[in-house]
Amino acid sequence: MINSHWLYVLAGIAFASFAVASARNRANPKRWGNSAFWSLLALSFWFGDFLGDIGNGILVLALVALAGLRMLGPAAKQSTTAEQRQGFSQRYGNKLFLPALIIPFTAFLGTLLFTYTPLKDDGLLDPKSVTLVLLGLGVIIALIVCYVWLRPPAMAAVDEGGRLADSIGWALVLPQMLAALGAVFAAAGIGTTIGAVAGSIIPQGSIFLAVLLYALGMVVFTIIMGNAFAAFPVMVAAIGFPILIQQDGGRAAVIGAVGMLAGYCGTLMTPMAANFNIVPAALLELKDQYGVIRVQIATAIPLLICNILILYLAGFHL
Amino acid sequence: MINYWPLLGIALVVLGFALRFNPLLVVAVAAIATGLLGGMPFLKVLAALGHGFNENRNVTIIYIVLPVIGLLERYGLQQQARALISRMRGATTGRVLVVYLAFRQIFAALGLTSVAGHPQTVRPLVAPMALAAAEKEHGPLDEDTSERVKAMSAATDNVGLFFGEDIFIAISSILLIQGALKAYGIELTPFELSVWAIPSAICAFLIHSMRLLLLDLRLRKRSR
Repeated sequence: MINSHWLYVLAGIAFASFAVASARNRANPKRWGNSAFWSLLALSFWFGDFLGDIGNGILVLALVALAGLRMLGPAAKQSTTAEQRQGFSQRYGNKLFLPALIIPFTAFLGTLLFTYTPLKDDGLLDPKSVTLVLLGLGVIIALIVCYVWLRPPAMAAVDEGGRLADSIGWALVLPQMLAALGAVFAAAGIGTTIGAVAGSIIPQGSIFLAVLLYALGMVVFTIIMGNAFAAFPVMVAAIGFPILIQQDGGRAAVIGAVGMLAGYCGTLMTPMAANFNIVPAALLELKDQYGVIRVQIATAIPLLICNILILYLAGFHL
Repeated sequence: MINYWPLLGIALVVLGFALRFNPLLVVAVAAIATGLLGGMPFLKVLAALGHGFNENRNVTIIYIVLPVIGLLERYGLQQQARALISRMRGATTGRVLVVYLAFRQIFAALGLTSVAGHPQTVRPLVAPMALAAAEKEHGPLDEDTSERVKAMSAATDNVGLFFGEDIFIAISSILLIQGALKAYGIELTPFELSVWAIPSAICAFLIHSMRLLLLDLRLRKRSR
Protein backbone atom coordinates (compact mmCIF):
# COMPACT_ATOMS: atom_id res chain seq x y z
CA MET A 1 0.00 0.00 0.00
CA ILE A 2 1.32 3.42 -0.96
CA ASN A 3 1.10 5.75 2.06
CA SER A 4 2.47 9.11 3.14
CA HIS A 5 5.93 7.64 3.85
CA TRP A 6 6.50 7.16 0.13
CA LEU A 7 5.70 10.81 -0.34
CA TYR A 8 8.08 11.83 2.45
CA VAL A 9 10.83 9.96 0.58
CA LEU A 10 9.93 11.94 -2.57
CA ALA A 11 9.91 15.22 -0.63
CA GLY A 12 13.31 14.29 0.82
CA ILE A 13 14.60 13.84 -2.74
CA ALA A 14 13.18 17.27 -3.69
CA PHE A 15 14.85 19.02 -0.74
CA ALA A 16 18.12 17.17 -1.30
CA SER A 17 18.01 18.40 -4.91
CA PHE A 18 17.48 21.99 -3.67
CA ALA A 19 20.55 21.50 -1.46
CA VAL A 20 22.58 20.37 -4.49
CA ALA A 21 21.29 23.29 -6.60
CA SER A 22 22.09 25.83 -3.86
CA ALA A 23 25.62 24.48 -3.50
CA ARG A 24 26.13 24.59 -7.29
CA ASN A 25 25.13 28.27 -7.41
CA ARG A 26 28.58 29.89 -7.18
CA ALA A 27 27.13 33.37 -7.76
CA ASN A 28 25.41 33.24 -4.34
CA PRO A 29 27.67 34.17 -1.36
CA LYS A 30 25.23 32.39 0.99
CA ARG A 31 25.09 29.17 -0.99
CA TRP A 32 26.43 26.94 1.82
CA GLY A 33 23.88 28.28 4.33
CA ASN A 34 21.08 27.61 1.86
CA SER A 35 22.48 24.18 1.09
CA ALA A 36 22.72 23.24 4.78
CA PHE A 37 19.13 24.40 5.39
CA TRP A 38 17.67 22.25 2.58
CA SER A 39 19.90 19.30 3.59
CA LEU A 40 18.44 19.41 7.11
CA LEU A 41 14.92 19.39 5.66
CA ALA A 42 15.81 16.42 3.44
CA LEU A 43 17.13 14.68 6.55
CA SER A 44 13.86 15.45 8.34
CA PHE A 45 11.74 13.97 5.54
CA TRP A 46 13.88 10.85 5.13
CA PHE A 47 14.78 10.02 8.72
CA GLY A 48 12.43 12.10 10.91
CA ASP A 49 10.72 8.98 12.25
CA PHE A 50 14.03 7.47 13.36
CA LEU A 51 15.61 10.56 14.95
CA GLY A 52 13.42 10.50 18.07
CA ASP A 53 11.65 13.56 19.49
CA ILE A 54 14.79 15.12 20.98
CA GLY A 55 16.74 14.46 17.77
CA ASN A 56 14.02 16.26 15.81
CA GLY A 57 14.08 19.08 18.37
CA ILE A 58 17.82 19.53 17.78
CA LEU A 59 17.19 19.51 14.02
CA VAL A 60 14.64 22.31 14.54
CA LEU A 61 17.15 24.32 16.58
CA ALA A 62 19.74 23.89 13.79
CA LEU A 63 17.25 25.20 11.18
CA VAL A 64 16.42 28.14 13.45
CA ALA A 65 20.12 28.88 14.02
CA LEU A 66 20.81 29.02 10.26
CA ALA A 67 17.88 31.40 9.74
CA GLY A 68 18.51 33.46 12.89
CA LEU A 69 22.21 33.97 12.03
CA ARG A 70 21.17 35.22 8.56
CA MET A 71 23.03 32.48 6.74
CA LEU A 72 20.33 32.14 4.06
CA GLY A 73 19.91 34.36 1.01
CA PRO A 74 18.43 34.27 -2.49
CA ALA A 75 20.53 34.27 -5.66
CA ALA A 76 20.36 37.41 -7.77
CA LYS A 77 20.59 35.92 -11.24
CA GLN A 78 17.95 34.08 -13.27
CA SER A 79 18.73 31.20 -15.60
CA THR A 80 17.20 32.69 -18.75
CA THR A 81 16.80 36.42 -19.51
CA ALA A 82 13.46 38.21 -19.74
CA GLU A 83 13.92 38.48 -23.54
CA GLN A 84 14.57 34.75 -23.87
CA ARG A 85 11.49 34.04 -21.76
CA GLN A 86 9.40 36.37 -23.91
CA GLY A 87 10.59 34.41 -26.94
CA PHE A 88 9.76 31.06 -25.35
CA SER A 89 6.33 32.38 -24.34
CA GLN A 90 5.58 33.39 -27.93
CA ARG A 91 6.84 30.05 -29.19
CA TYR A 92 4.96 27.79 -26.77
CA GLY A 93 1.90 30.00 -26.09
CA ASN A 94 -0.91 28.93 -23.77
CA LYS A 95 0.29 25.30 -23.89
CA LEU A 96 2.75 26.37 -21.16
CA PHE A 97 -0.16 26.28 -18.70
CA LEU A 98 -0.85 22.58 -19.37
CA PRO A 99 2.07 20.99 -17.47
CA ALA A 100 1.27 23.27 -14.52
CA LEU A 101 -2.33 22.07 -14.64
CA ILE A 102 -1.31 18.37 -14.64
CA ILE A 103 -0.49 18.59 -10.93
CA PRO A 104 -3.81 19.90 -9.56
CA PHE A 105 -5.86 17.82 -11.97
CA THR A 106 -4.06 14.58 -11.10
CA ALA A 107 -4.65 15.32 -7.42
CA PHE A 108 -8.25 16.37 -7.91
CA LEU A 109 -9.45 13.69 -10.34
CA GLY A 110 -7.45 10.99 -8.57
CA THR A 111 -9.01 11.94 -5.25
CA LEU A 112 -12.51 11.69 -6.73
CA LEU A 113 -11.58 8.34 -8.31
CA PHE A 114 -10.19 6.89 -5.09
CA THR A 115 -13.01 8.25 -2.91
CA TYR A 116 -16.16 7.57 -4.93
CA THR A 117 -15.37 4.51 -7.10
CA PRO A 118 -14.56 0.86 -6.23
CA LEU A 119 -10.85 1.78 -6.57
CA LYS A 120 -11.00 3.02 -2.98
CA ASP A 121 -11.24 -0.57 -1.70
CA ASP A 122 -8.43 -2.10 -3.75
CA GLY A 123 -5.80 -1.18 -1.16
CA LEU A 124 -3.39 0.47 -3.60
CA LEU A 125 -3.36 3.83 -1.81
CA ASP A 126 -3.67 4.56 1.88
CA PRO A 127 -7.07 6.34 2.07
CA LYS A 128 -5.73 8.85 4.61
CA SER A 129 -3.07 10.24 2.28
CA VAL A 130 -4.68 9.80 -1.15
CA THR A 131 -4.52 13.50 -2.05
CA LEU A 132 -0.88 13.96 -1.14
CA VAL A 133 0.24 10.77 -2.86
CA LEU A 134 -1.59 11.89 -6.02
CA LEU A 135 0.02 15.31 -5.74
CA GLY A 136 3.41 13.59 -5.79
CA LEU A 137 2.32 11.50 -8.78
CA GLY A 138 1.21 14.70 -10.56
CA VAL A 139 4.62 16.28 -9.99
CA ILE A 140 6.38 13.23 -11.46
CA ILE A 141 4.10 13.17 -14.53
CA ALA A 142 4.47 16.94 -15.07
CA LEU A 143 8.28 16.66 -14.84
CA ILE A 144 8.33 13.86 -17.41
CA VAL A 145 6.07 15.88 -19.76
CA CYS A 146 8.31 18.97 -19.38
CA TYR A 147 11.46 17.02 -20.15
CA VAL A 148 9.98 15.26 -23.18
CA TRP A 149 8.36 18.44 -24.56
CA LEU A 150 10.76 21.27 -23.70
CA ARG A 151 14.04 19.26 -23.66
CA PRO A 152 15.74 21.42 -21.00
CA PRO A 153 19.33 20.76 -19.82
CA ALA A 154 19.51 17.67 -17.57
CA MET A 155 19.97 19.60 -14.30
CA ALA A 156 17.40 22.31 -15.14
CA ALA A 157 14.61 21.03 -12.86
CA VAL A 158 17.04 20.75 -9.93
CA ASP A 159 18.50 24.22 -10.50
CA GLU A 160 15.14 25.92 -11.06
CA GLY A 161 13.56 24.26 -8.01
CA GLY A 162 16.57 25.30 -5.92
CA ARG A 163 16.39 28.85 -7.26
CA LEU A 164 12.73 29.15 -6.23
CA ALA A 165 13.39 27.53 -2.85
CA ASP A 166 16.30 29.95 -2.22
CA SER A 167 14.07 32.91 -3.07
CA ILE A 168 11.44 31.76 -0.54
CA GLY A 169 14.13 30.94 2.03
CA TRP A 170 13.36 30.26 5.70
CA ALA A 171 9.73 31.36 5.18
CA LEU A 172 9.21 27.97 3.54
CA VAL A 173 9.21 26.18 6.92
CA LEU A 174 7.45 28.93 8.90
CA PRO A 175 3.98 27.29 8.62
CA GLN A 176 5.39 23.96 9.83
CA MET A 177 7.21 25.74 12.69
CA LEU A 178 3.99 27.49 13.68
CA ALA A 179 2.22 24.12 13.69
CA ALA A 180 4.98 22.86 16.03
CA LEU A 181 4.50 25.98 18.20
CA GLY A 182 0.81 25.08 18.37
CA ALA A 183 1.79 21.60 19.61
CA VAL A 184 3.99 23.11 22.36
CA PHE A 185 1.20 25.56 23.27
CA ALA A 186 -1.12 22.57 23.62
CA ALA A 187 1.40 20.67 25.77
CA ALA A 188 1.90 23.73 28.01
CA GLY A 189 -1.86 24.03 28.46
CA ILE A 190 -2.36 27.35 26.61
CA GLY A 191 -5.55 26.03 25.04
CA THR A 192 -6.88 25.09 28.48
CA THR A 193 -5.99 28.51 29.84
CA ILE A 194 -7.57 30.45 26.97
CA GLY A 195 -10.46 28.00 27.04
CA ALA A 196 -10.95 28.71 30.76
CA VAL A 197 -10.88 32.45 30.05
CA ALA A 198 -13.24 31.98 27.11
CA GLY A 199 -15.42 29.58 29.12
CA SER A 200 -15.83 32.21 31.83
CA ILE A 201 -16.98 34.70 29.16
CA ILE A 202 -19.36 32.42 27.26
CA PRO A 203 -22.86 32.35 28.76
CA GLN A 204 -23.79 28.67 28.89
CA GLY A 205 -26.32 27.50 26.35
CA SER A 206 -25.90 30.26 23.79
CA ILE A 207 -24.59 28.61 20.63
CA PHE A 208 -24.50 31.90 18.73
CA LEU A 209 -22.34 33.62 21.33
CA ALA A 210 -20.00 30.62 21.39
CA VAL A 211 -19.68 30.80 17.58
CA LEU A 212 -19.07 34.55 17.80
CA LEU A 213 -16.35 34.09 20.41
CA TYR A 214 -14.70 31.28 18.39
CA ALA A 215 -14.60 33.44 15.23
CA LEU A 216 -13.46 36.60 17.04
CA GLY A 217 -10.88 34.53 18.92
CA MET A 218 -9.52 33.30 15.58
CA VAL A 219 -9.36 36.91 14.32
CA VAL A 220 -7.70 38.40 17.40
CA PHE A 221 -5.23 35.53 17.74
CA THR A 222 -4.40 35.71 14.01
CA ILE A 223 -3.80 39.47 14.27
CA ILE A 224 -1.42 38.83 17.18
CA MET A 225 0.45 35.92 15.56
CA GLY A 226 0.24 37.15 11.95
CA ASN A 227 -0.86 33.70 10.85
CA ALA A 228 -4.16 31.83 11.12
CA PHE A 229 -2.22 28.54 11.21
CA ALA A 230 -0.95 29.31 14.71
CA ALA A 231 -4.32 30.50 15.96
CA PHE A 232 -6.23 27.50 14.66
CA PRO A 233 -4.99 24.66 16.93
CA VAL A 234 -5.39 26.92 19.98
CA MET A 235 -8.94 28.01 19.20
CA VAL A 236 -9.97 24.46 18.31
CA ALA A 237 -8.59 23.27 21.64
CA ALA A 238 -10.26 26.13 23.55
CA ILE A 239 -13.71 26.46 21.97
CA GLY A 240 -14.00 24.67 18.61
CA PHE A 241 -13.77 21.09 19.86
CA PRO A 242 -14.97 21.14 23.49
CA ILE A 243 -17.84 23.61 23.11
CA LEU A 244 -18.94 23.83 19.47
CA ILE A 245 -18.35 20.21 18.35
CA GLN A 246 -18.57 18.13 21.52
CA GLN A 247 -21.06 20.05 23.68
CA ASP A 248 -23.27 21.71 21.07
CA GLY A 249 -22.96 19.06 18.34
CA GLY A 250 -21.78 21.35 15.51
CA ARG A 251 -20.67 19.95 12.14
CA ALA A 252 -16.90 19.42 12.48
CA ALA A 253 -16.03 20.11 8.82
CA VAL A 254 -17.71 23.54 8.97
CA ILE A 255 -16.20 24.46 12.35
CA GLY A 256 -12.75 23.56 10.99
CA ALA A 257 -12.87 25.02 7.47
CA VAL A 258 -14.84 28.21 8.13
CA GLY A 259 -13.07 28.83 11.45
CA MET A 260 -9.79 28.97 9.53
CA LEU A 261 -11.33 31.39 7.00
CA ALA A 262 -12.53 33.66 9.83
CA GLY A 263 -8.87 33.75 10.83
CA TYR A 264 -7.92 34.80 7.28
CA CYS A 265 -10.09 37.91 7.80
CA GLY A 266 -7.66 38.71 10.62
CA THR A 267 -4.68 38.10 8.32
CA LEU A 268 -6.00 40.92 6.09
CA MET A 269 -5.82 43.31 9.05
CA THR A 270 -2.41 42.64 10.63
CA PRO A 271 1.09 43.99 9.97
CA MET A 272 2.38 40.70 11.46
CA ALA A 273 1.48 39.02 8.14
CA ALA A 274 4.38 40.91 6.62
CA ASN A 275 4.72 39.11 3.32
CA PHE A 276 1.09 39.84 2.41
CA ASN A 277 0.63 43.31 3.92
CA ILE A 278 3.97 45.07 4.43
CA VAL A 279 6.21 43.71 1.64
CA PRO A 280 3.71 44.69 -1.13
CA ALA A 281 3.51 48.25 0.24
CA ALA A 282 7.28 48.43 -0.23
CA LEU A 283 7.18 46.71 -3.64
CA LEU A 284 4.59 49.21 -4.90
CA GLU A 285 6.45 52.15 -3.31
CA LEU A 286 3.48 53.29 -1.23
CA LYS A 287 4.04 56.30 1.07
CA ASP A 288 2.04 54.63 3.85
CA GLN A 289 3.50 51.27 4.88
CA TYR A 290 0.06 50.30 6.25
CA GLY A 291 -1.67 51.41 3.01
CA VAL A 292 -2.54 47.85 1.97
CA ILE A 293 -4.01 47.00 5.39
CA ARG A 294 -6.07 50.21 5.38
CA VAL A 295 -7.87 49.32 2.15
CA GLN A 296 -8.32 45.69 3.25
CA ILE A 297 -10.24 46.44 6.46
CA ALA A 298 -13.45 47.35 4.64
CA THR A 299 -13.39 43.95 2.89
CA ALA A 300 -12.31 41.99 5.96
CA ILE A 301 -15.07 43.11 8.35
CA PRO A 302 -18.16 42.37 6.18
CA LEU A 303 -16.48 39.11 5.15
CA LEU A 304 -15.98 38.20 8.80
CA ILE A 305 -19.69 38.78 9.43
CA CYS A 306 -20.47 36.43 6.50
CA ASN A 307 -18.15 33.78 7.93
CA ILE A 308 -19.78 34.00 11.36
CA LEU A 309 -23.20 33.52 9.76
CA ILE A 310 -21.91 30.56 7.69
CA LEU A 311 -20.43 28.99 10.84
CA TYR A 312 -23.72 29.41 12.69
CA LEU A 313 -26.11 28.38 9.91
CA ALA A 314 -24.13 25.61 8.17
CA GLY A 315 -22.54 24.38 11.41
CA PHE A 316 -25.74 24.01 13.38
CA HIS A 317 -28.88 24.53 11.31
CA LEU A 318 -28.44 22.94 7.87
CA MET B 1 -5.63 26.83 39.87
CA ILE B 2 -4.87 27.72 36.28
CA ASN B 3 -1.31 28.70 35.40
CA TYR B 4 -1.47 31.94 33.42
CA TRP B 5 2.33 32.30 32.98
CA PRO B 6 2.54 30.40 29.66
CA LEU B 7 0.48 33.22 28.11
CA LEU B 8 3.72 35.24 28.28
CA GLY B 9 4.85 33.06 25.36
CA ILE B 10 2.22 34.76 23.22
CA ALA B 11 3.50 38.17 24.36
CA LEU B 12 7.00 37.09 23.26
CA VAL B 13 5.69 36.32 19.76
CA VAL B 14 4.08 39.78 19.52
CA LEU B 15 7.23 41.49 20.81
CA GLY B 16 9.59 39.46 18.61
CA PHE B 17 7.59 40.20 15.47
CA ALA B 18 7.21 43.87 16.41
CA LEU B 19 11.00 44.14 16.82
CA ARG B 20 11.45 42.35 13.48
CA PHE B 21 13.57 39.44 14.62
CA ASN B 22 13.68 36.45 12.27
CA PRO B 23 10.21 34.83 12.57
CA LEU B 24 11.65 31.29 12.86
CA LEU B 25 13.79 32.47 15.77
CA VAL B 26 10.81 34.19 17.41
CA VAL B 27 8.67 31.07 17.10
CA ALA B 28 11.37 28.78 18.53
CA VAL B 29 12.13 31.10 21.48
CA ALA B 30 8.43 31.55 22.20
CA ALA B 31 7.87 27.77 22.08
CA ILE B 32 10.70 27.07 24.52
CA ALA B 33 9.71 29.92 26.88
CA THR B 34 6.07 28.81 26.87
CA GLY B 35 7.01 25.24 27.71
CA LEU B 36 9.35 26.27 30.52
CA LEU B 37 6.75 28.68 31.98
CA GLY B 38 4.23 25.86 31.78
CA GLY B 39 6.45 23.87 34.16
CA MET B 40 7.99 21.49 31.60
CA PRO B 41 11.71 20.61 31.87
CA PHE B 42 13.87 21.82 28.93
CA LEU B 43 14.37 18.41 27.32
CA LYS B 44 10.65 17.77 27.41
CA VAL B 45 9.99 21.11 25.69
CA LEU B 46 12.61 20.30 23.06
CA ALA B 47 11.01 16.90 22.52
CA ALA B 48 7.53 18.45 22.19
CA LEU B 49 8.87 20.94 19.63
CA GLY B 50 10.67 18.21 17.66
CA HIS B 51 7.66 15.90 17.82
CA GLY B 52 5.31 18.68 16.65
CA PHE B 53 7.66 19.56 13.80
CA ASN B 54 8.02 15.95 12.65
CA GLU B 55 4.28 15.25 12.85
CA ASN B 56 3.49 18.31 10.70
CA ARG B 57 5.83 17.57 7.79
CA ASN B 58 2.83 17.30 5.48
CA VAL B 59 2.43 21.10 5.83
CA THR B 60 5.72 21.58 3.93
CA ILE B 61 5.23 18.83 1.34
CA ILE B 62 3.59 21.17 -1.18
CA TYR B 63 7.05 22.49 -2.15
CA ILE B 64 7.78 19.36 -4.17
CA VAL B 65 6.05 21.31 -6.99
CA LEU B 66 8.86 23.92 -7.13
CA PRO B 67 10.98 22.13 -9.78
CA VAL B 68 7.99 21.97 -12.16
CA ILE B 69 7.02 25.63 -11.63
CA GLY B 70 10.65 26.77 -11.91
CA LEU B 71 11.11 24.80 -15.11
CA LEU B 72 7.99 26.36 -16.66
CA GLU B 73 9.06 29.85 -15.56
CA ARG B 74 12.36 29.24 -17.36
CA TYR B 75 10.29 28.74 -20.53
CA GLY B 76 8.20 31.90 -20.12
CA LEU B 77 5.17 30.84 -17.99
CA GLN B 78 4.98 34.26 -16.31
CA GLN B 79 5.32 36.12 -19.61
CA GLN B 80 2.53 34.03 -21.07
CA ALA B 81 0.27 34.68 -18.07
CA ARG B 82 0.87 38.41 -18.58
CA ALA B 83 0.05 38.18 -22.29
CA LEU B 84 -3.15 36.30 -21.47
CA ILE B 85 -4.30 38.93 -18.96
CA SER B 86 -3.26 42.00 -20.95
CA ARG B 87 -5.47 40.93 -23.85
CA MET B 88 -8.50 41.62 -21.62
CA ARG B 89 -8.70 45.31 -22.59
CA GLY B 90 -11.34 48.03 -22.70
CA ALA B 91 -11.74 48.00 -18.94
CA THR B 92 -11.92 50.33 -15.96
CA THR B 93 -9.71 50.01 -12.88
CA GLY B 94 -12.48 48.25 -11.01
CA ARG B 95 -13.20 45.80 -13.83
CA VAL B 96 -9.51 45.01 -14.38
CA LEU B 97 -9.21 44.16 -10.69
CA VAL B 98 -12.47 42.16 -10.64
CA VAL B 99 -11.11 40.04 -13.52
CA TYR B 100 -7.83 39.59 -11.65
CA LEU B 101 -9.73 38.66 -8.46
CA ALA B 102 -11.62 35.94 -10.35
CA PHE B 103 -8.40 34.73 -12.02
CA ARG B 104 -6.56 34.65 -8.68
CA GLN B 105 -9.38 32.83 -6.85
CA ILE B 106 -9.85 30.22 -9.57
CA PHE B 107 -6.14 29.51 -9.95
CA ALA B 108 -5.68 29.34 -6.17
CA ALA B 109 -8.63 26.94 -5.97
CA LEU B 110 -6.80 24.71 -8.48
CA GLY B 111 -3.76 24.74 -6.21
CA LEU B 112 -1.84 27.12 -8.48
CA THR B 113 -1.12 29.60 -5.71
CA SER B 114 2.35 30.55 -6.93
CA VAL B 115 1.52 31.40 -10.57
CA ALA B 116 0.66 34.86 -9.20
CA GLY B 117 1.68 37.03 -6.27
CA HIS B 118 2.95 40.46 -5.29
CA PRO B 119 6.41 40.25 -6.88
CA GLN B 120 5.40 38.08 -9.84
CA THR B 121 2.15 39.71 -11.00
CA VAL B 122 0.98 42.65 -8.87
CA ARG B 123 4.00 44.93 -9.27
CA PRO B 124 4.85 44.28 -12.94
CA LEU B 125 1.33 43.72 -14.25
CA VAL B 126 -1.77 44.31 -12.14
CA ALA B 127 -0.95 47.64 -10.49
CA PRO B 128 0.30 49.23 -13.76
CA MET B 129 -2.81 47.99 -15.59
CA ALA B 130 -5.11 49.32 -12.85
CA LEU B 131 -3.32 52.69 -12.88
CA ALA B 132 -3.36 52.85 -16.69
CA ALA B 133 -7.09 52.14 -16.78
CA ALA B 134 -7.72 54.91 -14.23
CA GLU B 135 -5.60 57.42 -16.18
CA LYS B 136 -7.25 56.52 -19.47
CA GLU B 137 -10.70 57.20 -18.00
CA HIS B 138 -10.02 60.11 -15.68
CA GLY B 139 -6.76 61.83 -16.72
CA PRO B 140 -3.68 62.21 -14.49
CA LEU B 141 -4.20 61.00 -10.90
CA ASP B 142 -3.34 62.87 -7.71
CA GLU B 143 -1.10 61.08 -5.22
CA ASP B 144 -3.85 59.94 -2.86
CA THR B 145 -5.75 58.36 -5.73
CA SER B 146 -2.79 56.52 -7.23
CA GLU B 147 -1.83 55.26 -3.73
CA ARG B 148 -5.35 53.93 -3.30
CA VAL B 149 -5.37 52.20 -6.70
CA LYS B 150 -2.00 50.56 -6.02
CA ALA B 151 -3.01 49.48 -2.50
CA MET B 152 -6.25 48.06 -3.88
CA SER B 153 -4.28 46.01 -6.44
CA ALA B 154 -2.24 44.39 -3.65
CA ALA B 155 -5.38 43.88 -1.53
CA THR B 156 -7.12 42.16 -4.45
CA ASP B 157 -4.29 39.64 -4.73
CA ASN B 158 -4.51 38.86 -1.00
CA VAL B 159 -8.29 38.45 -0.97
CA GLY B 160 -8.18 36.25 -4.10
CA LEU B 161 -5.44 34.05 -2.67
CA PHE B 162 -6.82 33.68 0.87
CA PHE B 163 -10.39 32.94 -0.18
CA GLY B 164 -9.50 30.70 -3.12
CA GLU B 165 -6.72 28.46 -1.85
CA ASP B 166 -8.73 26.54 0.73
CA ILE B 167 -10.93 25.10 -2.02
CA PHE B 168 -7.89 23.13 -3.20
CA ILE B 169 -7.71 19.82 -1.36
CA ALA B 170 -3.94 19.58 -1.01
CA ILE B 171 -3.22 23.06 0.34
CA SER B 172 -1.32 23.19 3.63
CA SER B 173 -4.08 24.90 5.63
CA ILE B 174 -6.61 22.17 4.77
CA LEU B 175 -4.04 19.57 5.84
CA LEU B 176 -3.47 21.51 9.07
CA ILE B 177 -7.22 21.59 9.83
CA GLN B 178 -7.40 17.86 9.12
CA GLY B 179 -4.43 17.19 11.42
CA ALA B 180 -5.74 19.40 14.25
CA LEU B 181 -9.16 17.71 14.25
CA LYS B 182 -7.59 14.25 14.01
CA ALA B 183 -5.96 14.93 17.38
CA TYR B 184 -9.51 14.81 18.82
CA GLY B 185 -10.44 11.61 17.00
CA ILE B 186 -12.36 13.36 14.20
CA GLU B 187 -11.35 11.83 10.85
CA LEU B 188 -12.25 14.05 7.89
CA THR B 189 -11.00 13.87 4.30
CA PRO B 190 -9.51 17.05 2.76
CA PHE B 191 -12.44 17.01 0.32
CA GLU B 192 -15.07 17.26 3.09
CA LEU B 193 -13.24 20.32 4.45
CA SER B 194 -12.47 22.12 1.19
CA VAL B 195 -16.14 22.01 0.11
CA TRP B 196 -16.94 24.30 3.06
CA ALA B 197 -14.50 26.91 1.80
CA ILE B 198 -16.76 27.56 -1.19
CA PRO B 199 -19.52 29.69 0.49
CA SER B 200 -16.89 32.03 1.99
CA ALA B 201 -15.11 32.23 -1.38
CA ILE B 202 -18.34 33.39 -3.03
CA CYS B 203 -18.96 35.99 -0.27
CA ALA B 204 -15.37 37.24 -0.63
CA PHE B 205 -15.78 37.63 -4.40
CA LEU B 206 -19.08 39.52 -4.04
CA ILE B 207 -17.94 41.84 -1.25
CA HIS B 208 -14.57 42.69 -2.75
CA SER B 209 -15.98 43.08 -6.30
CA MET B 210 -18.55 45.51 -4.98
CA ARG B 211 -15.78 47.56 -3.37
CA LEU B 212 -13.80 47.54 -6.62
CA LEU B 213 -16.79 48.80 -8.60
CA LEU B 214 -17.39 51.45 -5.90
CA LEU B 215 -13.77 52.52 -6.49
CA ASP B 216 -14.72 53.19 -10.13
CA LEU B 217 -17.60 55.42 -8.95
CA ARG B 218 -15.27 57.24 -6.61
CA LEU B 219 -12.71 57.82 -9.39
CA ARG B 220 -15.47 59.16 -11.64
CA LYS B 221 -16.70 61.53 -8.92
CA ARG B 222 -13.17 62.79 -8.28
CA SER B 223 -12.48 63.52 -11.97
CA ARG B 224 -15.58 65.68 -12.29
